[in-house]
Amino acid sequence: MSYVGIIITFVFIENFILTKFLGLCPFIGVSKNTESAVGMGFAVTFVMSLASLTTWAIQKLILVPLGLEFLQTITFILVIATLVQLVEMIIQKISAPLYKALGIYLPLITTNCAVLGIALIAVRSNYNAFESFVAGFSAGLGFLLAILLMSTIREKLENEWVPKPFRGVPIAFITGGLMALAFMAFDKALLRNLIG
Amino acid sequence: MGNFTKGIFKENPIFVILLGLCPTLAVSTQVINAIGMGAGVIFVLLGSNIFVSLLKNFIPDKVRIPSYIVIIASFVTIVDLVMQAYTPSLSKNLGVFVQLIVVNCIILGRAEAFASKSNVKDAVFDALGMGVGFTLGLALIALIREVLGAGTITLFAVGGFDGVIRLPGLSESPVRIIALAPGALLVIGYLKGLFNWMEMRKAKGAAV
Repeated sequence: MSYVGIIITFVFIENFILTKFLGLCPFIGVSKNTESAVGMGFAVTFVMSLASLTTWAIQKLILVPLGLEFLQTITFILVIATLVQLVEMIIQKISAPLYKALGIYLPLITTNCAVLGIALIAVRSNYNAFESFVAGFSAGLGFLLAILLMSTIREKLENEWVPKPFRGVPIAFITGGLMALAFMAFDKALLRNLIG
Repeated sequence: MGNFTKGIFKENPIFVILLGLCPTLAVSTQVINAIGMGAGVIFVLLGSNIFVSLLKNFIPDKVRIPSYIVIIASFVTIVDLVMQAYTPSLSKNLGVFVQLIVVNCIILGRAEAFASKSNVKDAVFDALGMGVGFTLGLALIALIREVLGAGTITLFAVGGFDGVIRLPGLSESPVRIIALAPGALLVIGYLKGLFNWMEMRKAKGAAV
C-alpha cells in the first residue's frame, strides 16, 4: 500500500478510537477539556510513531531470526514501557516546555492499548520499517483528531441540559457513537476513488 | 465470599468502574466472542492475581509495575497460544485483541490494588469475581448488539446444531448499525445511563 494510502487508512477509515475502540480509556478520561486532550494526543502520536518503528526492528532483527515469535507479547509490552520511560527522560533533559506540556500524560501511555495495538497490527500487516513508522504516526494523528473533536464537543455539552442519569460518562459514549457514525462515511471505496 | 460477589455487582469492572473497555466493545459483536474473551480474561486474571499475591514479599516496590506486566504477559501468551491451537476460529475472530488483554486495565488494576496486598485465597476469589463480572458485562453488551444488529444469538456448535439461534422477524431485517462500530458506543452509553438511573431510583427509595 502506498504511504498516502496508509495515512488515510489509519487517520480516517480505520480510526483507532472510532472503529477499533483502541485507546478508549484516555478518549473518555482525558477529553474533558481541549488543552489536555491536545497534550495527550501529541504525546500518544509521538510514542506510537517511535513504538511501531522500534517494535518492527525487534520483530524483524531479533524475534524472527531467533525463532522466538511466541515471546512477541512480552517483548513488545516491555519495550513500549521502557520506551515511554526513555522518552520521558529525554524530553525532560532536552526541552522543559515540551516536558511540561506532555510530561503528565507520558506515564499513562504505557497502558494505552492503542500503542501495543499499532505495534501488533503493523507486524501483522507485514509493513516495512518506514511503513510501520508512517502507520504509527498516522494512527496517532487519528487519535489526536478524534480526542480533539470529542473534547470540543464535551466543552459545549457542559452548558447544555442533559438528563441526570446521562451526565458525564454515558453522554460521552453516546457522543462518541454519533462521531463514529459520521466516520463511517470514510470507507475503503473512498480510498479506491482517491488513489485508484 | 464478599470478595467474589463484589466483582459481579457492586464493583462490576465494565459498568461501574469502567475498566477494560477496548476489548469489551471490539469483540462484542457475537455472544460466543464475548464468552471466549471472558474466559481468556478470567484465566489471565486468576493466574496473575495468584502469582502477584505469592510474590508480593519478593518483588521490590520500585520495579513492581514492570514485574506485574511480565507476569500478566506470560499468562496472555499462554492464552493466545492455546486459543490458536484449539479454537482457531475464535482466535481469528478475536484477532489482535487476545494479545491486547495484556494492557487491559482490569488485570493490572487488580494486581496493584488488590492482589499485592492480600493472601492467595482472597486474591483467587477477587480474580474470579472480577473475571465473572467482566464476562457477564461483556456478554450482556454482545447479546444486545447481536440480537438487535443481526437478529441472531451465536453460541457453541453442538452436534447437528450449528450454534446460531435465529430470531424470527429480526434476522431478516436487523438494525445493522448496532452491530457496527457506532452501535457499540451507543449501547454502552445507554446501558450506563440506565444503570445510573436505577442507582438513583434506589437511592431515592432508600431516602424516603
